Amino acid sequence: MHIHKFEKIWLTFGIGCLIVFLSIVGVSAFYLGNQPPSCLTTIDPETVGEKAPFDKPGLNKVEGKEWDYELVYVASAFSYNPTQVEVPLGAKVKVIATTKDVVHGFEMAGTNINMMLEPGYVSEVVTTFDKAGEYLIVCNEYCGTGHHLMHSMVKVVE
Amino acid sequence: MMNSNKLEKVDSRDAKLSMAYFYVAFIALALGGLAGLLQTLVRSGKVVLPWGIDYYQVLTVHGVLLGLVLTTFFIMGFQFALISRTTGTFTNGARITGWVGFWLMTIGTAMAATMVLLKEASVLYTFYAPLMAHPIFYIGLTLVIVGSWVAGGSMIATYAKWKRNNPGKASSLLTFMAIINTFMWIIATLGVAATVLIQILPWSLGLVDTIDILVSRTLFWYFGHPMVYFWLLPAYMCWYAIVPKIIGGKIFSDSLARLSFILFLLFSIPVGFHHQLVEPGIDPAWKYIQVVLTFMVIIPSLMTAFSLFATFESFGRSKGAKGLFGWFRKLPWGDARFVVPFIGMLSFIPAGAGGIINASHQMNAVIHNTIWVTGHFHLTAATAVVLTFFGISYWLIPHLTGRVLTKAMNKLAIIQGIVWTIGMSFMSGAMHAAGLLGAPRRSSFSEYGGAAQAQEWIPYQIAQAVGGSILFIGIILVLIIFINLAFFAPKGETEFPVGEVADGAEKPPLVFENWKLWLGISAALILFAYTIPFIDIIQNAPPGSKGYKFW
Repeated sequence: MHIHKFEKIWLTFGIGCLIVFLSIVGVSAFYLGNQPPSCLTTIDPETVGEKAPFDKPGLNKVEGKEWDYELVYVASAFSYNPTQVEVPLGAKVKVIATTKDVVHGFEMAGTNINMMLEPGYVSEVVTTFDKAGEYLIVCNEYCGTGHHLMHSMVKVVE
Repeated sequence: MMNSNKLEKVDSRDAKLSMAYFYVAFIALALGGLAGLLQTLVRSGKVVLPWGIDYYQVLTVHGVLLGLVLTTFFIMGFQFALISRTTGTFTNGARITGWVGFWLMTIGTAMAATMVLLKEASVLYTFYAPLMAHPIFYIGLTLVIVGSWVAGGSMIATYAKWKRNNPGKASSLLTFMAIINTFMWIIATLGVAATVLIQILPWSLGLVDTIDILVSRTLFWYFGHPMVYFWLLPAYMCWYAIVPKIIGGKIFSDSLARLSFILFLLFSIPVGFHHQLVEPGIDPAWKYIQVVLTFMVIIPSLMTAFSLFATFESFGRSKGAKGLFGWFRKLPWGDARFVVPFIGMLSFIPAGAGGIINASHQMNAVIHNTIWVTGHFHLTAATAVVLTFFGISYWLIPHLTGRVLTKAMNKLAIIQGIVWTIGMSFMSGAMHAAGLLGAPRRSSFSEYGGAAQAQEWIPYQIAQAVGGSILFIGIILVLIIFINLAFFAPKGETEFPVGEVADGAEKPPLVFENWKLWLGISAALILFAYTIPFIDIIQNAPPGSKGYKFW
C-alpha cells in the first residue's frame, strides 16, 4: 500500500511523540511510584464502622509508618464523617476512605486527591499537606438527590 | 456538482426506514436539548425548577436522550441509507429486519423514558449500581441494545450477500466503514448487555439480593469507551468519504481510510480502564497497559487529520490556489454541507488534546469527574459528532424525502453552525475552566456550606448557562431546518454525495476485508487486556451490595 512521503514524515513524528509521551508516563508510574489510587483492600460494606480503621473516623496520629497521620473517612448518602478536620501544616498523611452504601466520589478541590469510593473497597492515597488553607472535599460521583450537598472540609493550619 | 444525469438514489422503501430512525433521533434532540438548557439554568443558581422536578431526573433525561437515543438512532438511519446507496437496495427480508430493529429500539426507549418520567429511574445514563432503578428501565435499555443488534445484523447480512455475489472485489468504502462501526458496536455492547442481563436485572427484580459493583462497572466501561467511537466513526465516514465530494475534490486514499477504521476497531475496545483510573480494586499495572492501548487510537486520528487536510489542499491547488495557505480560501464557505462538518473537525483538535489529558494515567486525577470531563465530551460528542450529523442531515433528509435544501435554509444552517460555535465556546470553555478549579460534574447548584473554593465556581456556572441558552437557540434552528426538509421544502432531487478516489490510486488490498483476521485480533487484544484483571476482580470480590433508591 502506497503511503505519501509527507504522510510518512507526519506519522513518524506523531508516533515518535507518542512513544516519548507514554515512556514518560510509564517511568513516572513505575519508577517514581506515581500510580493512580488503586488500593486492593476489601471490606464488608454492611459492617463499615465496626472495624479499624473505620471505627475511628478523623485524623489519627500513627507511629512507625511512612506517614505521620491517618485521616479516615466514612462516606454515606449524603455526608462524610468527619465533616471537618484540622491537619498540621507539613504533615504526611494517608487518607483512607470507604463508603457504607452507594458509589461516592472523594475529591479534595485544589489538590491532586481524587478517588472513587466503592462499596466493598477501601480507597487510599498518601499526601503531604504543604500549603496552609481550606480545602473542600466534594462528592463528584452522582449518589442521589442530595449529591450536591455532600461535602467536608480540611483545614491545614500552622 | 449537480449534473443532469439521473442521480443515484436510495430506494424509497429504504428511505422510509432511514427516516423513521431520524424522526426519533430529532424528537430526542428536542427534548434532550430542553433538558440540557434547564440543567445549565439550575446550576447557575438563578433558577429553581417548578413542580418539584428534580435536577437529577432532568439530567437523566438529557443523558439518555442525547447520549443513547439521538446518537444510536441517527447512526442506524445514516448507515441504512449509506449501505442502500453504496451497496444496493435492501432485500425485503433485510428491510423488515431493519424495521424490527427500529421498533424494538423505539419500544425500549419508550419503556425507559416512562420510568424516568415517573421518577423511578433517576440513575443517569450510566446507571451505576448499587443505585437501583425500576426493572422496566433496564428492560427498556436492553431492548434498545437488542434492537440495534437486529438492525446491525440486517446491515451485515446485506454486506455479506454482496460479498458472496462479488468475490474478489473490494466493497464500497462507505459500506466498509459502516460495517466496521457495526461490528465495533456489537462487540462493545456485549459488555453492557452482560452486566444488565446477568447482574442488574435479576438483582432489580429481587431474584438475587446483592450485586458485585466492580464487575458491573468494568463491564459498563468495556462498553462505554467504544460507545464514544461508535458515535465518532460515522462523523469520520462523512469527513473521509463524503466531504471530499461536496467540495468537489477526491478522497486522498481509500486504503489509508480503511486502515484507519481497522485501527479504530482494534484499539477502541480494550481500553475501558482509563475511565476507572482512580478506582480501587484494579491493579495499576493493568490500568497502565490499557492507557497505552488507549493512546494507540492517536495513530488513526493522525492519519485522518492528514487525509482531510490533504484533500482540502489538493482541491484548493487544483483550483489555482497559490502560497502555503491559499487553498484555504478556495473551500466552499457558502455551503452548509461543508461548513458545518468543518466546524466539527476543527473542534476535534482541542477535544482530542483534552482527551489525551483525561486518559493520562496520573493526570486523570486532576480532572476525574470534574465538570472538565463534561466540557470535554461536549466538544467531542456534542460538537464534532453532532455538528457533522447536522451537516449530513442537510443533504440526506432532502435526498430521502425528495426535496431540496433552499438557499434560505442553507444560510440558516450556516448561522446555526456559528450559533453552536459561540454557545459551545462559552459552555465548554467555562466547564473546562471550572473543572480545573475542582467543580464536580453531574451536580446541582450548591454553595457547599459556604466554602470559598465553591464560590469561585459560580461565575463559570453562569457562563455555562449563557452558553447553554445560546446552544438551545442552535437546537431550535436545527429543528426548524429538519422540519422544513422533512415536510415543507420544495420538491426536487438532492444529491447523495459519495466521494471518489483520486485518479491513479491503487485498489485497496483485499486483506482489509478478511474479517476472521481483524475480528480475531480484536478478540485477542480484548482477552489480553481484560482476562487477568477481570479474574482478579472476581476472585478478590468483597461481599456484594444491596440496592438503593436515593432519589
